[in-house]
Amino acid sequence: MIVRDVIDFATRSLNSARSRSFLMMLAMSIGVASVLILTALGEGARRYVVNQFSSLGTNLVIVFPGRSETAGISPGMLLGQTPRDLVLEDALAIKRSSAVMRVAPLAIGGTQAANGARNREVVVLGSTADLLPIRHMEMAQGQFLPQMDETTAAPMVVIGSKIRQELFGVDNAVGNWLKLGDRKFRVIGILSSQGESMGMNSDEMVIIPVTSAHQLFNTQNLLRILVEAKNRELIPRALKDTEDIIAARHGGEKDVTVVTQDAVIATFDRILGALTMAVGGIAAISLAVAGVLIMNVMLIAVSQRTQEIGLLKALGAPPAEIRRLFFAEAVMLSLIGSVIGLIMGEAGSFIIGKVYPTLPVTTPLWAVVAAFVTALVTGIAFSVWPARRAAELDPVLALARR
Amino acid sequence: MIELKNISRNFQVGDQIVHALRDIDLMFGAGEYISIMGPSGSGKSTLLNMIGLLDRPSSGIYRLDGLDVTTLDDEAQARVRREKIGFVFQFFHLVPRLTAAMNIELPLMLAGIDPEERKARVAKLVESYGLKDRADHRPEQLSGGQRQRVAIARATIMKPSVLLADEPTGNLDRATGHEVMRLLEQLTEQGVTLVMVTHDHENGNRAQRQINMEDGRILSDQRKGG
Repeated sequence: MIVRDVIDFATRSLNSARSRSFLMMLAMSIGVASVLILTALGEGARRYVVNQFSSLGTNLVIVFPGRSETAGISPGMLLGQTPRDLVLEDALAIKRSSAVMRVAPLAIGGTQAANGARNREVVVLGSTADLLPIRHMEMAQGQFLPQMDETTAAPMVVIGSKIRQELFGVDNAVGNWLKLGDRKFRVIGILSSQGESMGMNSDEMVIIPVTSAHQLFNTQNLLRILVEAKNRELIPRALKDTEDIIAARHGGEKDVTVVTQDAVIATFDRILGALTMAVGGIAAISLAVAGVLIMNVMLIAVSQRTQEIGLLKALGAPPAEIRRLFFAEAVMLSLIGSVIGLIMGEAGSFIIGKVYPTLPVTTPLWAVVAAFVTALVTGIAFSVWPARRAAELDPVLALARR
Repeated sequence: MIELKNISRNFQVGDQIVHALRDIDLMFGAGEYISIMGPSGSGKSTLLNMIGLLDRPSSGIYRLDGLDVTTLDDEAQARVRREKIGFVFQFFHLVPRLTAAMNIELPLMLAGIDPEERKARVAKLVESYGLKDRADHRPEQLSGGQRQRVAIARATIMKPSVLLADEPTGNLDRATGHEVMRLLEQLTEQGVTLVMVTHDHENGNRAQRQINMEDGRILSDQRKGG
């Protein structure tokens, strides 16, 4: 039997049981579509998180105060000690490492900012000139904090675009005074709008020299130290140097947490990647269910078409041919169902992308291929048994029945 | 040419062995017209299925045109069936979703013959069986006589040497039954061996050679006019 005839014959028999064929196709396409949509969502979440981290800067090593232990408690806690705080001197000391290009200490606080009668709460970031290149920030107007002795306070402030808009309106901000708490700072620059990253919106914060921030909030503590390695290869050395330098300064105690941004991204990448696979796998179960449905319906079709099978045998169709005919039906159903599922899945992802524009929803190619192949394989695998049953029918009994 | 030697067929029913055929020896020549008669359960249908390669004997040898077909595998038997044997059934067994022409075309399709050639051969046969204006109808739109004509056309399109008919008029009224019988008899004039199983003595007596069966054995084997 030539291939075209096999396809033609299968098409006709699918056509003659239209609602049955439609339901099987529907089950298949829902399976494929759910795999696509769920992996697209997972992949979107992964990309979202990775993008957020990448916008922090590149080749970053981040120092947090306190040691995060995965098990047990640190000896310091038994002695009633709390971990030492990070201070500005720690940050300055890290600069001595030859693997390090830039270091930016970060102190943070909240206070009232006022320009005459206009005022609002702002997040105040105390840092140094190096924050701008480390965080990949850009200036809209004026200049960033100048390179100067980090230990001196200076009454200068760089403000976010939204702060400028709310506190200065149409007035010229650069060169004007801004009151933070009870101190006056001169506005030297305005950050260009960058939107949110990692929960910090640069549009709604103001940046002052780190020592000014310490005076303003009456503290010595740093929230973070951002360290930029000279290049990608030097990240591990920068990490180790940073740990060693701080440990040396803290009396040999490793009481800070040092992470590389790469490690953080990689971790999130792995977690969310695994999540995507898991969600896709759960969706793939619906494909298996569709496969069982196909098997069930094919078995019914075989028993309904017993006489036809007997006839085909009497007309000289060998068992392999009968198998091929039933196989062709299942494959065609799975194929058409998968294609419809692909279209439904892509349409679904597109709509989700429109509803949540911040989520970069795209179906990864591997998911498309995997869904398609899984659908075809289940369709084929679950039709093996019905097709074999058809092929093994005894023609004498098949023809005698009526 | 059909040659059956010591053919037996046993079925196991429960703990009992049923002998459907016992040591059958028969020879049919080309163009012979044979009717097989006998009560239900006499083994006549089993014999027909055996000749049609739908069933395998428990013992004995069956030669078709000189070839021992008892030892062939399923695949090879299917090919012999396709090329040398045509079936006509009591219940027609047309595929309901296919038109008359497509039903006739089925054996050609299974044989993998080129679509162009198929169309030509089907058209010719449809014409000669007087089914021209019915060719695009489905079986349910045809009368019983027309259905059986379609079935006979399907059985003969591969130009088989043997035509096996199981109660071919069993589901038809007298007039159409006669019509179908004449059609089958015409085929024997072209050299086809016709083996027909029937209950109907009137039909059976039309055959040149009449075989009577009972209990899996041949009771009588008579030739008309000699």
